[in-house]
Amino acid sequence: MAATSDVLFEIGLEEMPARFLNDAQQQLETKTKKWLEELRLPYKEISTFVTPRRLAVVIKDVATKQPDIEEEAKGPARKIALDTEGNWSKAAIGFSKGQGKVVDDIYFREIKGIEYAYVNKYIVGLSTFQLLQNFKEVILSLTFPKNMRWGDLNLRYARPIRWLVGLYGTDIIPFEIAGVHADRKSFGHRFLGNSIKLDNPLEYQEKLKSEFVIVSPEERNKLILEGIEYLENKKNWDISVDKELLNEVKHLVEYPTVFFGSFSEEFLTVPEEVLITSMKEHQRYFPVKSKDGKLLPKFVAVRNGDDNFIETVARGNEKVLKARLSDARFFFEEDQKQSIEKNLEKLGRMVFQEKLGTIAEKVDRVVKLTRSICNLLDLDETTTYNAVRAAEISKFDLVTNMVNEFTELQGIMGEKYATIFGENKQVATAINEHYMPRHAKDQLPSSIEGSVVSIADKLDTIIGCLSVGIIPSGSQDPYALRRQALGILQIVNGNKWSINLESLFRTTQKLYSELNIATRDEQEIKQSIDEFFNLRASFILKEDGIDQDITEAVLTSGIGNFAYTVEKAKVLAIKKQDESFKQVQESLVRVLNIATKGSDTGVNKDLFENEQERILYETYHDVKSRYREAMNNLNALESIDILGELSQAIYDFFEHTMVMSENKELKSNRLSLLNQIAQDVLDYSDLTKILWKQQS
Amino acid sequence: MNIQEMILTLQKHWSDQNCILMQAYDVEKGAGTMSPMTLLRSLGPEPWNVAYVEPSRRPADGRYGQNPNRLYQHHQFQVIMKPSPDNIQELYLESLVKLGIDPLKHDIRFVEDNWENPTLGAAGLGWEVWLDGMEITQFTYFQQIGGLEAKPVAVELTYGIERLASYIQDKENVFDLEWTKGVTVGDIFYQPEYEHSKYTFEESNTDVLFELFSIYEEEAKQTMEKGLVFPAYDYVLKCSHTFNLLDAKGVISVTERTGYISKVRNLAREIAKLYVEERERLGYPLLKEEATENGSNK
Repeated sequence: MAATSDVLFEIGLEEMPARFLNDAQQQLETKTKKWLEELRLPYKEISTFVTPRRLAVVIKDVATKQPDIEEEAKGPARKIALDTEGNWSKAAIGFSKGQGKVVDDIYFREIKGIEYAYVNKYIVGLSTFQLLQNFKEVILSLTFPKNMRWGDLNLRYARPIRWLVGLYGTDIIPFEIAGVHADRKSFGHRFLGNSIKLDNPLEYQEKLKSEFVIVSPEERNKLILEGIEYLENKKNWDISVDKELLNEVKHLVEYPTVFFGSFSEEFLTVPEEVLITSMKEHQRYFPVKSKDGKLLPKFVAVRNGDDNFIETVARGNEKVLKARLSDARFFFEEDQKQSIEKNLEKLGRMVFQEKLGTIAEKVDRVVKLTRSICNLLDLDETTTYNAVRAAEISKFDLVTNMVNEFTELQGIMGEKYATIFGENKQVATAINEHYMPRHAKDQLPSSIEGSVVSIADKLDTIIGCLSVGIIPSGSQDPYALRRQALGILQIVNGNKWSINLESLFRTTQKLYSELNIATRDEQEIKQSIDEFFNLRASFILKEDGIDQDITEAVLTSGIGNFAYTVEKAKVLAIKKQDESFKQVQESLVRVLNIATKGSDTGVNKDLFENEQERILYETYHDVKSRYREAMNNLNALESIDILGELSQAIYDFFEHTMVMSENKELKSNRLSLLNQIAQDVLDYSDLTKILWKQQS
Repeated sequence: MNIQEMILTLQKHWSDQNCILMQAYDVEKGAGTMSPMTLLRSLGPEPWNVAYVEPSRRPADGRYGQNPNRLYQHHQFQVIMKPSPDNIQELYLESLVKLGIDPLKHDIRFVEDNWENPTLGAAGLGWEVWLDGMEITQFTYFQQIGGLEAKPVAVELTYGIERLASYIQDKENVFDLEWTKGVTVGDIFYQPEYEHSKYTFEESNTDVLFELFSIYEEEAKQTMEKGLVFPAYDYVLKCSHTFNLLDAKGVISVTERTGYISKVRNLAREIAKLYVEERERLGYPLLKEEATENGSNK
């Protein structure tokens, strides 16, 4: 084993945003590994570290030089390398020279019947110390959600780079970025620590710790959790640790110390959600509950420093929280002095989207859509009344002081205030639920009213946006249209609602076309709506483990009744495993394929020439009504089984009947019969799309 | 430490860093950033180091002197350094120490906060500085101003004077803060706070304000056409303040609102461009000055 040394790189920066750090650490690791691999530098292990002020990597046991390697270099073909007399050509001489060899080193090897000239090359490995100076490439290849410039430089980076450390063993690796030269000098905690002289890479973690910097995020995480647990036990509290918040907090500090503070009990009259949001979102505090789940007037926070003067820090934080909560309580009281009606008036002055008018106008459409959906679902009068009322006042909380301050509480405050203003429970709940699902894994509305208004609201946003050309692409989806479309499909499917989505799309589209604000052609809009939802539907089916071919088969004629479409897909997925279904599918596909050669112009029994034609006709008529009934009952399995009864008759028919007859009348009659059958098959799904696995 | 001493301390500190001490700009504005001393001077290649107190008017925040935290007009201490010095964070932290804030006794953090003012076509990256959980300063590296790229980059520090004072003096109500010995913020500002709120929300003549907006806008345009950057910019500030008064009164509808904002934005952008052109035409006087100064020093 060749000699090895350890490597340390540290990039010192002004405080990076907490949200950048997880990914930055990940990138630093993968990009360093890749870089070392490309350089063929053997090493034992890599550790990476991040804090708000630094990114660091320690690589253990890196060989002092690249290993020497022997390589074959391929040259010209034999007939070019040698002239007719067997002498080396200019090409051959050039090739060997180019590789630092002479013609005597050339040998031939055959590739695909042709002989080529080769030489063996011996490449001496470069020194690691030299190669490490290019680590700059790795540092500059890190990407961040947002970059900035500073001083008079052109470089863009997460935050200004203020120092660099590069050590190979005990030696400084010289390189420079943005006017900063690598050295062995690092910096401790901004206030508690001093500057640090690093003698070798392996002392990095320990030396930084002695200057109050915990470079390992996992360790900071652990320290915070321990601090929280200590308080929980000591005070008999229950502190639920929100993962996202913990992740942010650990990246806001280099040396975490957990402490707690209190606020006045009088603020507990403000809704819990408001208090929690204020603590979590604005102040990055962990809310505290009693063991029986009651919110306590306490909070837990993390200081970037030690526990000296922690009382001062706690009191300062209490003061800030008090001001915040006073504001919140003021808002809560002020909002209650308004009325729902007064708030609704103000919605007329609030923009929904520049091209799509005001929130009040949106609400009008959502109310109409809510009515249509209630009708389609044949809901009873009370439910319809509640759903419509919920739609009417679904957005009234947007103009409250509280939602203005805490946007994330939209809907939640709507429910609270609606209850205070005397709306019934169903209406109040639906106001909150109409925003659900709020994110990918969120729960669906629990009530029918909430589900209906949720669909209406989302449908309006999606179709409105698509009508004026706001179409999500790539990572661009500012109005979260994809998530909202998924939400609609999940709600419809979750409730097993029998509702034709395309007809709802058309209803919404009509509401917009009456407004005359669409910037695109009606047909174009229709197509883009259908495609958009089709893609979301495919996504859901894929999540359900349905193969792509089946998804295509069931979605060819649109989403239709989505809950039933999902059922059909699941049935076909099972049938696809069943060898006997292959016969059925093949027969039906034959019908589908040939049916495209004509259309249904009516069937005349008198024109049947043979028994098989007559049997197919009769079987079809026997099957048809049962099939349609099963379809109406949304029985996906029964429907396809009934269609399957046609299979034998179809085989026999094709065996004995020439569909494309010379006789035009006969031909048209046969195509008509097949088209009638095909139409029924297509109502189920386009079976031609289904692919059978090659039997091995 | 009273507010007056705080201001003196900050002025001394930044003066020692070779900042030009300016006085508040004499046209109404919503933030120190909108002073031409920041907004225009941050553009172009000329070095620019400046510090000043800026009274900032936010009509919508008027509370008739009844709210302990909100004011129609508050004070900002504004520092601009272009290009941003490498040790700007340290310089800033030193200023806190001079204000009597010992970092070892507190929790001071730099929390990501990117600043954007679409009305001025301006954007920057940086932090809000937290002192034991309270935001006391906005710390921004300008990246773009008036739709133009900021190069070299100016760094802007905006101290919220009243915020900081409420911490230093440990007062809960802004009106109880001591401005100077024996005089409180309330003594000086209660009456104007009340009257400006009453004016803004009740007594302003909406028609007159709308008319003023148009007049200021016209004047800004015609001045700009004559290549007079600073007078034109003054009228843009007047447009902006007039718009804020109307907006606070709630008389601007949604559609109008967007229209007004984009009017102000377009004017600000054009003036920014014009400023850069004018400075170039004048041969970047500040750039030369610095060159000779450095020369004579060496």
